[in-house]
Amino acid sequence: MWRQARWDEKLILEMERYTSQGPSIPYEDQFTDIEIEIPGKIARAKPPSIPSLSEVEVVRHYTRLSQMSYGVDVGPVPLGSCTMKYNPKIMDLIALDPRITDLHPLQDEETVQGLLEIIYTTERWLSEITGMDRCSFQPPAGSAGELAGAIMIRKYHLDRGEDRDEMLIPDSAHGSNSASAAMAGFKVVRIPTGDDGEVSMEALKAALGPRTAGIMLTNPNTLGIFESRILEISDLVHSYGGLLYYDGANLNGILGVARPGDMGFDIVHLNLHKTFATPHGSGGPGGGVVCARGELVDYLPRPLIARQGDRYFWDYECKRCIGMVKAFYGNIVPVIRTFIYISMLGPQGLREVSEISVINTNYFIKKLLEKPYYEIPYNPEKPRKHEVVISASKIARETGVTAEDIAKALLDEGLHAPTIYFPLIVGEALMIEFTETEPREVIDIYAEALNRIAEKAYKDPSVLKGSPRNTSVSRLDAVRANHPKTVAPSYKIYHGLVSSTKDIEKK
Amino acid sequence: MYHSWIPNSDPIVKREMLRFIGKDVEDLFGDIPESIRLREPLKVGFGRPLSEYEVYRIVDRILSRNRVFRDPPPFIGGGVCAGYVPSIVRFLALRGEIYTSYTPYQPEINQGVLQAIFEYQSIMAELYGVDVVNASMYDGSTAVAEAFRLAMRATKRSKILVPATMNPFYRSVASTWLSPVRGVLEEYRVDEKGDPDLGDIYGRVDDNTAAIYLENPGFLGNIIEDPEAVGEIARKKRALFIVYSEPTSLGILRPPGEYGADIVVGDGQSLGLGLNYGGPGLGILGIRMDQELLKQLPGRLVGATVDADGRRGYMLILQAREQHIRREKATSNITTNSSLMAIMATIYIAYLGGNGIRRLGESILRRTQYAVESIRRRLSGKVSIALRSRLFYREIPLRFHGKSYGEIHRDLLERGIHGGLWLKGLLKGFEDCALYCFSEIHSRDDIDRLVQALAEVA
Repeated sequence: MWRQARWDEKLILEMERYTSQGPSIPYEDQFTDIEIEIPGKIARAKPPSIPSLSEVEVVRHYTRLSQMSYGVDVGPVPLGSCTMKYNPKIMDLIALDPRITDLHPLQDEETVQGLLEIIYTTERWLSEITGMDRCSFQPPAGSAGELAGAIMIRKYHLDRGEDRDEMLIPDSAHGSNSASAAMAGFKVVRIPTGDDGEVSMEALKAALGPRTAGIMLTNPNTLGIFESRILEISDLVHSYGGLLYYDGANLNGILGVARPGDMGFDIVHLNLHKTFATPHGSGGPGGGVVCARGELVDYLPRPLIARQGDRYFWDYECKRCIGMVKAFYGNIVPVIRTFIYISMLGPQGLREVSEISVINTNYFIKKLLEKPYYEIPYNPEKPRKHEVVISASKIARETGVTAEDIAKALLDEGLHAPTIYFPLIVGEALMIEFTETEPREVIDIYAEALNRIAEKAYKDPSVLKGSPRNTSVSRLDAVRANHPKTVAPSYKIYHGLVSSTKDIEKK
Repeated sequence: MYHSWIPNSDPIVKREMLRFIGKDVEDLFGDIPESIRLREPLKVGFGRPLSEYEVYRIVDRILSRNRVFRDPPPFIGGGVCAGYVPSIVRFLALRGEIYTSYTPYQPEINQGVLQAIFEYQSIMAELYGVDVVNASMYDGSTAVAEAFRLAMRATKRSKILVPATMNPFYRSVASTWLSPVRGVLEEYRVDEKGDPDLGDIYGRVDDNTAAIYLENPGFLGNIIEDPEAVGEIARKKRALFIVYSEPTSLGILRPPGEYGADIVVGDGQSLGLGLNYGGPGLGILGIRMDQELLKQLPGRLVGATVDADGRRGYMLILQAREQHIRREKATSNITTNSSLMAIMATIYIAYLGGNGIRRLGESILRRTQYAVESIRRRLSGKVSIALRSRLFYREIPLRFHGKSYGEIHRDLLERGIHGGLWLKGLLKGFEDCALYCFSEIHSRDDIDRLVQALAEVA
């Protein structure tokens, strides 16, 4: 049975202050003769209350914490729509090259020509992959790309003297689409999904009107289904004067097979960390890119990378652009990784990415459905692309074991759980995506684990309610974590809570 | 074609899997309309898949065109600054379990990274003197933009008062983020020391003012000695007081939370993250404990709780504010933040400890002061300090009285020195100035060489 490390690791703030100094500061002794006097009103009274430990203690602390963590290097992370591929190691090493790490963003352009060449080339490749004219690397994550795209749409209409304030978003969309549209000042109009798992054309037609600013779509959608009527949708939305925004989170399923630009999309964002396998470090950094074609190029966040002869430079010219969405040029390190990723796969490899990720998904479905426990809502006959949403509703109804219980039981098997309870339109949803980097054996193991857990649910559901047991902690108390009286988002608050309960105990 | 990154692309495995599915590749993609299917391979890469070695060669050749300033390190700042990255920061962050982990939606299998992020939140709260710091924003610029939007939501007002010398990059980003919600940035004056003009703020603050924003140390490096006075005006008008601070300065300067900041903001680049051409970065955003502010706080939060056996554990909390549940009513659209950078910053601070942070702050302040004195002593007439502030931290605005900055910059480059940031087009009234940056990696000799070179070329 798999077990995760279980260290009783104190918080760094709870450790004994061991040294009175901390490590040596560079050239500190050269400046000790300089007099400084910080006025009392702005001087810190005492050093920050953080222990000063020796180097080895710090190394052991974080090594132990890493042993209580799970990443793709340990096993699969098949979180649907949150694509987590294996991260090729060459990218990690090149990213540490001082000719990247030691470049200042405001450094003279003549001294960073090599880096700018990589950025320039990567932009051309991403434009080709998406079928767009230009890309801006400004957004530091996909969601920031969505926000940039939504603000572009808003500004485009305003510049044309049109006050369009409704953004159409399918109910299967990523939650960030709605949040981004709302942040950009739009009213969100939800478009329901039809029985076939695609955008309902009747609902779309009913929603379109003079207030329609555009539609935000991902294709394949979050159910893993390709919106086969996309050309019709595109014509329809355009005929009402709206724009089409493509959420690139699911690009994996069509990479090298079809392009958003050819489907009629005007703006596209990509998640470099998802599609081009840059590490996610437990929640970021990401790499967002926003691309556009035609007139929309003018609205892209600036600066854009440019070339004149042999010289590369940042072009700040901005007549209609929405401005900057992040200081400097966005997250450039993931851009360099993307360059390496594309170089090593080549055009043939990129197509293989989508073919194998689609094969992996459909292989998993067939394997899982060898047993009768799980259902696939919305036309199970249709091939799924990059991911699949399965429902544990039948199990929940008949045994009381929920999608969350199944997720926790998977952890006990040494497997990362899938995305659960999303999209909201599927009951007891488990959304699974293996990507192209998981070997067949892993998919077999995963499908077998899911079915074994279902069998256990019918035998003795209470056992599953007690999972996980083999992880560094057992199931956590979410109610306590979120309750206004016990919520503890920092050590200071936690410490306050603990001492006040102790006071009560004493009394 | 087989590729080692794609295990099942092995032709035999691929064929077996397709046979099991009972479909061929064409069937699996049959729902994509024929007219939009690519007929030829994409025109990307180098025409064929390259081997690792070939990529190393290509990247090495391209990167050799970059020029890295190491001796002396660059004197350019503007919010990010060359600094020392202790070996343990990269070494530990690169451990695969941390480096390749995803957002810890399943807390039981990810206690390590959750604890590290909880430590980050707690250490930052201690440094800034507040109760809650979120799990990270993208960088300082987006943290400021989100702080402004947070203040607008919490007060239902739309005006933000900002100093005339506000970080121009942050100001530009904040304008973009505020445009859809009709937020207004209004400038208040600063005096010749760079201190906020309290009279001017008093005249501008009104019932529609969501927040008064202060940078301390300022963008021009000046330490504001009485920031509390600004906070008092904000409090009187029920506006929020937002303070941006460089985290390393808080080893020696009073934490903003202690002098009344409702919201604190910062950029964690200096905490062992390196330059990386400006990104990925780390945005710091915190608040004093207040139910309304907490409800409106954007971004992820990790909290402590207990497991079924009564052991302490950590998990993502208050997710009801987030995009995957509240959707269009969410407090922000953040799905990916800067967790890895937050963990790196935590390791950096754990390595330094409270004593180390204090000594680092003192050391940076001392060398900035040393640079100020050397420039005053040796460059009088040619170059002056553009603000009369008594103390500068990390950055100094220099005004050039002779040649234009462009010429000086070129001459410095020829001597192997990367000068400061020309403020032309960035800050009104500072067209003939450049901002010079001094961090813990500049030795006394480095600063002497800069001053000597300026004496020759300015």
